[in-house]
Amino acid sequence: MRRLFPHPLLSFMLFIGWLLLANSANLNNLILATLLAILVPLATQPWWPGRPRIHSMRLIGYVIFVLGDILCANVEIAAIILFMPARKIASVWITVPVDLPDPEAMALLAATITLTPGTLTAEFSTDNKALLVHVLHTRNPDAVRDAIKSRYESRLKRIFM
Amino acid sequence: MLGYALPFAIACFALALLLNLWRLATAPTVLDRILVVDTMVINMLALIVLYGAQSRSAISMDIGMLFAMTGYFGTVAFCKFYLRGRIVE
Amino acid sequence: MNVVIDLVISGVLAVGGLFGLIGSFGMLKLREPMQRLHAPTEATTVGVGAILIAATVIGWQNGIANWHGVLITIFLLVTAPMSALMLAKAHRHLAQPKLPDTGTDAQWASDPPPRDDSD
Repeated sequence: MRRLFPHPLLSFMLFIGWLLLANSANLNNLILATLLAILVPLATQPWWPGRPRIHSMRLIGYVIFVLGDILCANVEIAAIILFMPARKIASVWITVPVDLPDPEAMALLAATITLTPGTLTAEFSTDNKALLVHVLHTRNPDAVRDAIKSRYESRLKRIFM
Repeated sequence: MLGYALPFAIACFALALLLNLWRLATAPTVLDRILVVDTMVINMLALIVLYGAQSRSAISMDIGMLFAMTGYFGTVAFCKFYLRGRIVE
Repeated sequence: MNVVIDLVISGVLAVGGLFGLIGSFGMLKLREPMQRLHAPTEATTVGVGAILIAATVIGWQNGIANWHGVLITIFLLVTAPMSALMLAKAHRHLAQPKLPDTGTDAQWASDPPPRDDSD
């Protein structure tokens, strides 16, 4: 089973993605989607060594959690844009030290930070141990850093085992 | 209700596009212009999809998908060109 | 039941339109280029995401089932961080802002490499 599906999650995404793209779930598309889900991960396996082990259920929970966060942060940022005078907005650069083992986890953390309005990933360090984050408005940069670490990084650590 | 909400959303995005155009005309740096074009693509995408919902056509979603892809690749290509002076390395 | 769905979709459409508008307004109002980069993130995630989901549900109600709206939403959510990252890198290249330290021995990924004096 492990040899037939080297990346189970990738296979699953390809299957669903093909069905969504084809816009119908008749037999032809099901067969084609299954073929793609088996062949593409097998063919690309040599170029993706050291794949991380992912806890799928926690990943789904994480996505829902982040979507909720995006909604809340959006309201805050909308209030800042609409009602705060432009000269009072205090933007800062902060460095977030990160301790995640996989590049995939780093990418996910960076994407999460950017998608949450108000914070934006601008740069990685060369040894993958720190992220440069731009914050739209904050009086307390350390609190933002700690929030990123406690809310997102700790959860990602439990997803990427 | 939908008869009011759809035109309202369309008006919002049309106004957003006008604001984008204004920003495009007064943008101080090259970077702002790239950013504005990126945002315009996304607003146009919303308008196309809303028009499809208004006129009950199924094809608009496909147009929107192509639009999203070309917009994203356009932004990345612009930035890459700006950073490196070439797109394909 | 249909009335409830109609109301919910109308609310989602209104919220999406307003957030798209706020995102574009933010680009006009904010003063520094880096601040302006924050505004479209908002328009993309909530604004267009809400519109796409609402349009998909409207399509289902009209009997035109089209799943591409879901695909576009996923595509936008996946690619928005990448274009923001590229724009931020381009901004660094252009404005050379003063940045904090990495906190480790390494430097930021697009810093110029340290000069090698050995040769």
